[in-house]
Amino acid sequence: MAILIDETTRIIVQGFTGKIGSFHAQDMINYGSNVVGGITPGKGGQTHLGLPVFNTVKEAVREVGAKASIIFVPPAFAADSIMEAADAGIKYCVAITDGIPTQDMMTVKNFLRRFPIEQRMILTGPNCAGTISPWRAMLGIMPGHIYMKGNVGIVGRSGTLGYEAADQMKRLNIGISTSVGIGGDPINGSSHRDILEKFEADPETKVVLMIGEIGGPQEVEAGIFAREHMTKPVIAYIAGLTAPEGRRMGHAGAIISSAGESAAEKVALLRELGVTICPTPAAMGDTVAAVLAKL
Amino acid sequence: MDIHEYQAKEILSGYGVKIAEGGMAYSPAEAVQRARDIGGHLWAVKAQIHSGARGKAGGIKICKTHDEVEAAAEALLGKRLITHQTGPAGKVCGRLYIEAGTDIVKELYFCFLVDRSSERIVMVGSAQGGMEIEDLAENNPDAITKIYIEPAVGLQDYQAREMAFAMGLDPELMSHAVKTIRGCYRALRELDVSMLEINPLVVTRSGELIALDAKMGFDDNALFRQQKISELRDKTQEDPREMAAADRGLSYVGLDGDIGCMINGAGLAMATMDMIKLAGGEPANFLDVGGGASAERTEKAFRLVLADKGVKAMLVNIFAGINRCDWIAEGVVEAVKKIDMKIPLIVRLSGTNVEEGRRIIQESGLPIITAETLAEAAEKAVQARNAVVAKEAAQGA
Repeated sequence: MAILIDETTRIIVQGFTGKIGSFHAQDMINYGSNVVGGITPGKGGQTHLGLPVFNTVKEAVREVGAKASIIFVPPAFAADSIMEAADAGIKYCVAITDGIPTQDMMTVKNFLRRFPIEQRMILTGPNCAGTISPWRAMLGIMPGHIYMKGNVGIVGRSGTLGYEAADQMKRLNIGISTSVGIGGDPINGSSHRDILEKFEADPETKVVLMIGEIGGPQEVEAGIFAREHMTKPVIAYIAGLTAPEGRRMGHAGAIISSAGESAAEKVALLRELGVTICPTPAAMGDTVAAVLAKL
Repeated sequence: MDIHEYQAKEILSGYGVKIAEGGMAYSPAEAVQRARDIGGHLWAVKAQIHSGARGKAGGIKICKTHDEVEAAAEALLGKRLITHQTGPAGKVCGRLYIEAGTDIVKELYFCFLVDRSSERIVMVGSAQGGMEIEDLAENNPDAITKIYIEPAVGLQDYQAREMAFAMGLDPELMSHAVKTIRGCYRALRELDVSMLEINPLVVTRSGELIALDAKMGFDDNALFRQQKISELRDKTQEDPREMAAADRGLSYVGLDGDIGCMINGAGLAMATMDMIKLAGGEPANFLDVGGGASAERTEKAFRLVLADKGVKAMLVNIFAGINRCDWIAEGVVEAVKKIDMKIPLIVRLSGTNVEEGRRIIQESGLPIITAETLAEAAEKAVQARNAVVAKEAAQGA
């Protein structure tokens, strides 16, 4: 099972023939992802990495049955590419692009909401490392070899901190069903809560590790969802204990701007909601192991 | 990116928002000249720094004579103003805005911002202006009205009227209020504004609605399409180290501790800093070197961290994904040799080609302390820092 993607998912790459798009498309193919083609407007009809190039996403959906897409388009044009994918009937889209204007993301989210839920494309990112279902499919830019296959779901904003978690778990022989990066931007495609909902419905996932950070309401919203609608244990780590108020810590979303957004406040609220807290970022693996041992 | 009050007022005035007459001054003589140009018998001399709460910090002086204007200008120019928004370092005032005094009847609070929960633009207003909105939200949340804007259709007149009535404005001022609010909204949409605050928005004795203060912040991600706004940047208001970092494509935030950090990825950087704190230390900075940590970039990052003379030890934590640990190790070794580091360096590498990376560090013959795990790295960094501090104390005694 796993969530969002598996070995059968038919993947296209938007921004396929560019340097970054080419590099990661090849990496995904090498990992075993079912990449079936790519989009570069104006280069339709060509072949790249042994796969067909299309002018539009609609063509790719029609010709090769594309179901998922990954976006490597520069920030100024990325929102347009996301909306093109949604309109063409793509089911799941990962936006890797960092630096999309906030108002563009507002437009994207508003555009997505126009579709009835059953037809609405799921978007994760932007500004994320992507999604991986270990040894089935990788739709992202992560180092695939650090993920072991298993029963723990991971959802997190940060790329490298997600790698750290996967690595700690691998050392303890703990595998992952799917790891989803939701990105570091203030407005993103899917929230922590949205992904928790998918993990709850996935029979293969037994526990979920949520890796959050300072800023915004999403971790606490996810905690409320976990208490009210989840049977599976949720474990959380919130980064940014040392972050001062009003200063942006790298991610556009990582800024404490109102009450309840600091790491300490989020941890206290999540603990009240019954979420198991990792006391330190070095203890993510151990905390997951302890929860798994009690199942 | 933030801009000054006078710049925000100039922009908003172009969108139909009324402001008091005013002008810029860079010297006391210029300040007096501006006061003469404006005329009348009451002026406000306002320090232009990137921060709110300037009044409390003594950055706004009300003057009744030209001599008072001159004295106020002399006192403010070059002064370091400290508000709760600037942090303890404060910000130096290099420009003044001289404004005609306003006969105030009512002070209101008004702002637009991007709301993360609803993913919409929200308009916030209150009949109680002049106060900090945070204080108001805490002490009297019912006094605040929030109206959400539907992005597809934008702000409607009825919403602007609703807000105007909620702020307690008289019906005679309604059309003026709607024009002001609509102007602010247009500026926000057209210029990629992330926050626009008018506090206070005032009703004058003569029945006008005036933006007495104005604060605007812009979405950094959108500056590529806002050339005119980018030009308003005042580099004197920004941390020089953060700017130097940004120019080199690095993300840096200076902090008060003494353990320097260089990490790839914002989340891992925050987590590593947390680990340092939990191990009993304090990080000197946040520094995300991003994905492509080349040798050149690594050297720049080292120089940036070590430019802070308070740094007693430095921790490098890299989780290589697309990167490879051997490339990073080579970059670190090269940087250390070039820079001639005087303080302990702790390096933790993880991910792709990690064995090769560790071998390069070990065989370099440099006194680099290595660590395998995040916890070990933080502990060793704190130990090394404590040893340096103890040695300094012994030498001082």
